[in-house]
Amino acid sequence: MEDRYQLNKELAQMLKGGVIMDVTTPEQAVIAQEAGACAVMALERIPADIRAAGGVSRMSDPAMIRSIQEAVTIPVMAKCRIGHFVEAQILEAIEIDYIDESEVLSPADDVYHVDKRQFKVPFVCGARDLGEALRRIAEGASMIRTKGEPGTGDIVQAVRHMRMMNSQIRHAVSLSEDELYEEAKKLQVPYDLLKQVHDSGRLPVVNFAAGGVATPADAALMMQLGAEGVFVGSGIFKSGDPVKRASAIVQAVTNYTDAKLIAELSSGLGEAMVGINEQEIKLIMEERGK
Amino acid sequence: MRIGVLALQGAFAEHISKLKQINVEAFEIRQLKDLSGHFDGLILPGGESTAMRKLLGDLSLYEPLKEIIQNGLPVFGTCAGMILLAKEIEGEEPCFGTLDITVKRNAYGRQLGSFRCVDEFAGKEIEMPFIRAPYAERVGEGVNVLSRIKGKIVAVQQDNQLATAFHPELTNDTSVYEYFIKMVENRR
Repeated sequence: MEDRYQLNKELAQMLKGGVIMDVTTPEQAVIAQEAGACAVMALERIPADIRAAGGVSRMSDPAMIRSIQEAVTIPVMAKCRIGHFVEAQILEAIEIDYIDESEVLSPADDVYHVDKRQFKVPFVCGARDLGEALRRIAEGASMIRTKGEPGTGDIVQAVRHMRMMNSQIRHAVSLSEDELYEEAKKLQVPYDLLKQVHDSGRLPVVNFAAGGVATPADAALMMQLGAEGVFVGSGIFKSGDPVKRASAIVQAVTNYTDAKLIAELSSGLGEAMVGINEQEIKLIMEERGK
Repeated sequence: MRIGVLALQGAFAEHISKLKQINVEAFEIRQLKDLSGHFDGLILPGGESTAMRKLLGDLSLYEPLKEIIQNGLPVFGTCAGMILLAKEIEGEEPCFGTLDITVKRNAYGRQLGSFRCVDEFAGKEIEMPFIRAPYAERVGEGVNVLSRIKGKIVAVQQDNQLATAFHPELTNDTSVYEYFIKMVENRR
């Protein structure tokens, strides 16, 4: 089991410096792969449409996920509801490469997350701060992403979450060893994991940005803030020219400090997705699963 | 000695830290201007080869790197890097196509098929993590097979080119790096 967890963390290492794109059809998956995506997230509706549709949002049809697995060679991820371990079992049964236990879907359990250590396939989970991140890792997550606020095209929450996590990591590093016990209690996390953060100055797993990334500049912003890669959900296929935008975001993530190149990449991209501000939305997905 | 590590996507930081561990200077190649200085060897890391290939084209790195490899600069590809070097990729067009092997992508299946083992590389037992790994189905004349796992070819050398389907950058062992650095030293 320890070996499997290690291999799962290592798959996330292979995704670093890359862009993971939400796709709803095999055709979109092929476009994403050709644009340079390092993985795709297969789902029936992108977060912006989930938000618009309302109602209960569940795991996607396994047949639809399979059709995407057959269309591309890059890893395929899919989402299960928070705490819905049977949806996770189904995704494992169809040999998904990564399960996202995601706040984008309606939570199935308002207390417990999936016990991810019981699975062979890897999990990525959203987090707003160091406490949430380490709790998910304790449950068996082998990759973390910021929650951001999915389907809004607004980067403010992802920035808030990444800054919070980084600031808490710096704080943990600064503590003396005896102070770590109290900090672990405050953050409601296992001491051992906090000790690892204290010693290494980083999360024990790869950390991506997600939620609200709509432009190459948004992606580069998250990379400069310390993200190791980027998820783009609604930002690509809700925009005017998905192919061009996808490829521009991929290049901006590789050369995230080259402002001249990002200026070029940002030119003539066509319409970005229409964003919604946090004051304008009723459903706050980041509040799901703490 | 300076080794350039292709840093478009994937596990390039891990290679750089391994090189540091054996006191070899390394730098990242993210765009054309990074090729301007002198360097003695090149590493193509693990990651997604389709993503790297797209970026090689978009960032105008493909032609110059191919020329550098063809001119004999020692190059070491791991996993995706092995795919980039291969002369034939099953069901796809090759990328650099400089290494006379045929690779099968995701040859062990999806992530559930990823595994770790200890086996021989060039006569020495080392740890080998395979992550959605390829293997070589065919090797041409003049290609030296350095590792076989259950009959499958997972490490090869042809002149200036070294390729492994596994990830030595994810282990504590430095044998594969030492092997590569010897290739670099022999050429200098």
